Amino acid sequence: MSLGRKLLVGLPVLVLLALVAVSFVYLGRGGSSVAPSALIGQSAPQFDLAGYDAEHPGLSDVDLRQGSVTLVNVFGSWCVPCIAELPQLRALAEEHGVTIHAIAWKDKPEKMAQVFAEHGNPFRRIGMDNDGRAAIAWGISGVPETFVVAGDGTVLYRHLGDIRPEHIPVLLSVIAEAQKQ
Amino acid sequence: MRRLALFLGLLLWPAVALAAFDAETLPDPRQEEMARAIMTEVRCLVCQGESIAESNADYAADLRRLVRERVAAGDSPENVKAYLVSRYGDWVLLKPPVKPETYVLWAAPALFLGLGLLLVWRIFRRRSPKEGA
Repeated sequence: MSLGRKLLVGLPVLVLLALVAVSFVYLGRGGSSVAPSALIGQSAPQFDLAGYDAEHPGLSDVDLRQGSVTLVNVFGSWCVPCIAELPQLRALAEEHGVTIHAIAWKDKPEKMAQVFAEHGNPFRRIGMDNDGRAAIAWGISGVPETFVVAGDGTVLYRHLGDIRPEHIPVLLSVIAEAQKQ
Repeated sequence: MRRLALFLGLLLWPAVALAAFDAETLPDPRQEEMARAIMTEVRCLVCQGESIAESNADYAADLRRLVRERVAAGDSPENVKAYLVSRYGDWVLLKPPVKPETYVLWAAPALFLGLGLLLVWRIFRRRSPKEGA
């Protein structure tokens, strides 16, 4: 076999190896199958939701333009990771003074009450998204998702999935950055 | 014969399942057809590999309702898709749009086919004289 021929035969193998290497690197990163939110840098979408109870009134985009940084957490009492992140949300609200609002995606108040009784309720306002329309406006692909919204209503950051203790520093730095603006 | 019937039945199963999804359809058959065409192009975000037309996830049903509402309100398919892209990004469309970031993606099949053909051509060109001799 000539050298050229050898190279030619070896080429598909090399291409395959290159593909494997690229896939290996990208798959290892995790979460890369989900595109970044299209909303980053834009103002929060228009929405207006009824409240959960007297202490947790409804949520609309106007509430996100009150001059201070807010977190918007898309929540479901039937969603296990949403419950798992409640302690982290409480830490953000209670220890760091972050205002967190919730969009309850297709949820029942009685089910939510059970979860809050057991795990606490870190939310200032809770909007009941009964028909899932606000979730579509926010481009939600699953719960939980958490958005950092600047005081003028600009969406700055999205966290996909549950917030674990190791995510807190990143969120706090995004919030701190947002407060400077 | 029975195997053939089973095979055909299984082949048709997705179509049967698809027809069963929505109780509410648009009264105007032309609009309904337009809405359904849009649905086949929109990715179901909780199932990812499927279109919202194929998925019976709750979320896909919400998106189908939205598509029907927008079509009924007189939106063109382009408007409906543009709205969804503004919420979810290009990713929500099963067929990625042709733009500079996706040139490589769209060119890849032709590129690989070309490479393959080149390879085949070179192999056969070397072999044929030997067989003739």
